[in-house]
Amino acid sequence: MITVKGLHKKFGQLHILKGIDLEISKGEVVVVIGPSGSGKSTLLRCLNLLEEPSGGEITFEGESITTKGYNINRTREKMGMVFQQFNLFPHKKVIDNITLAPIRVKKLEKAKAEARAMELLRTVGLEEKRDAYPSQLSGGQKQRIAIARALAMEPHVMLFDEPTSALDPEMVGEVLDVMKKLAQKGMTMVIVTHEMGFAREVGDRILFMDQGVLLEQGTPEQVFGAPKHLRTREFLSKVL
Amino acid sequence: MELFSVFLQYKSYFLIGIQYTLLLAAIGVLCGFILGLVVALVRMSPWAWLRFIGHAWVEFLRGTPMLVQLLIIHYGFATAFDINFSAMQSGAITLSLNSSAYLAEIFRAGIQGVDRGQGEAARSLGMTQGMSMRFIIIPQAIKSVLPAIGNEFVTIIKESSIVSFIGVTELMFQSGRVSGLTYDGMTPYLIVAIIYFILTFTLSRILGVFERKLKASDHS
Repeated sequence: MITVKGLHKKFGQLHILKGIDLEISKGEVVVVIGPSGSGKSTLLRCLNLLEEPSGGEITFEGESITTKGYNINRTREKMGMVFQQFNLFPHKKVIDNITLAPIRVKKLEKAKAEARAMELLRTVGLEEKRDAYPSQLSGGQKQRIAIARALAMEPHVMLFDEPTSALDPEMVGEVLDVMKKLAQKGMTMVIVTHEMGFAREVGDRILFMDQGVLLEQGTPEQVFGAPKHLRTREFLSKVL
Repeated sequence: MELFSVFLQYKSYFLIGIQYTLLLAAIGVLCGFILGLVVALVRMSPWAWLRFIGHAWVEFLRGTPMLVQLLIIHYGFATAFDINFSAMQSGAITLSLNSSAYLAEIFRAGIQGVDRGQGEAARSLGMTQGMSMRFIIIPQAIKSVLPAIGNEFVTIIKESSIVSFIGVTELMFQSGRVSGLTYDGMTPYLIVAIIYFILTFTLSRILGVFERKLKASDHS
């Protein structure tokens, strides 16, 4: 579904990604772990071109999205993204946060978009927040709305950029639960996270990144149970 | 009370002046608002030549006296291009252009002040740059710069006195007339100073209330 070949990203002198090769298949849940500054988030943000790669190629469903002049907007409709800081639109009610893109981008009728939004609100358990503003929600609620907003575009893959890192500890669970349900429904997901327990439970495949390199990957049992690299072992011993 | 009797005697002069001053300021802010928003977007365009035009626009209008701009538009255009504006038109155009430069900078700051994540979230949902600006960035930017726009309104009320130079019958011009009629070089100007003060002071009070309401209903 997504193929990454020789991906490089530089911010000025800083070389963040140093040649990443990666293949993600349909229905797979891929969890990216690694120390801060290892390039996990940058890798994720390159997948929908929020960061423009400095080199290499990314293909999504058979199309090379890194070709010059490629219209990324159509592809982004199919790649939902959830941010660490939620990034809900503060001037819009919950329902409008969710329906804005379907109405404006997909030209969906308002009534249809709202019906679909209510369905999604039910799935994330926040039906009653339909007319609330984001400022009236807790962090966990905000993130669940953000997930619903991304799902409203009916994406083929969901990208999660440290979705629980900005949450109070007691709210992490509710967000992970929603993500777990999503994974069980067969959604293709790429998740950058520090929640190792969650990674182990939900991930089909774990990627360990360090200093811009994809150092190790495998099933949760392989990576958590018998890490091959010294760096992976060091990292895991600190976080587990 | 000298002030009072002069005011009462020449009330119609001052009332006309107030009307024109408020009209000029309102046109200046409204047209300046729209034009300023366009200039702000031009200044942030991906194309360097367009950015240059926007930058030149702002620097020129802020770096030259408004009186000079007024005379170029009123007399210069008539002489060089045979474009004849009435005094009122010239005044309104000058105030609009001039305030567009200041408002453009206010908008630019407001737009740049919106959290980066907002645009990223919009783009990640498939919205184009234009949609993201229109539905997400600009509404938030305008809300945050409303107080600064209010201040610009107050400034324009005072600066509109310059257009008296070409004979627009706004407050300044009218007080000059009254001064001529009464042979009094002090009282009419004192009256007009008080009127200007009442206008600007009232406006900034109203804006203050408005601002507090806005803060109270702040959803961000």
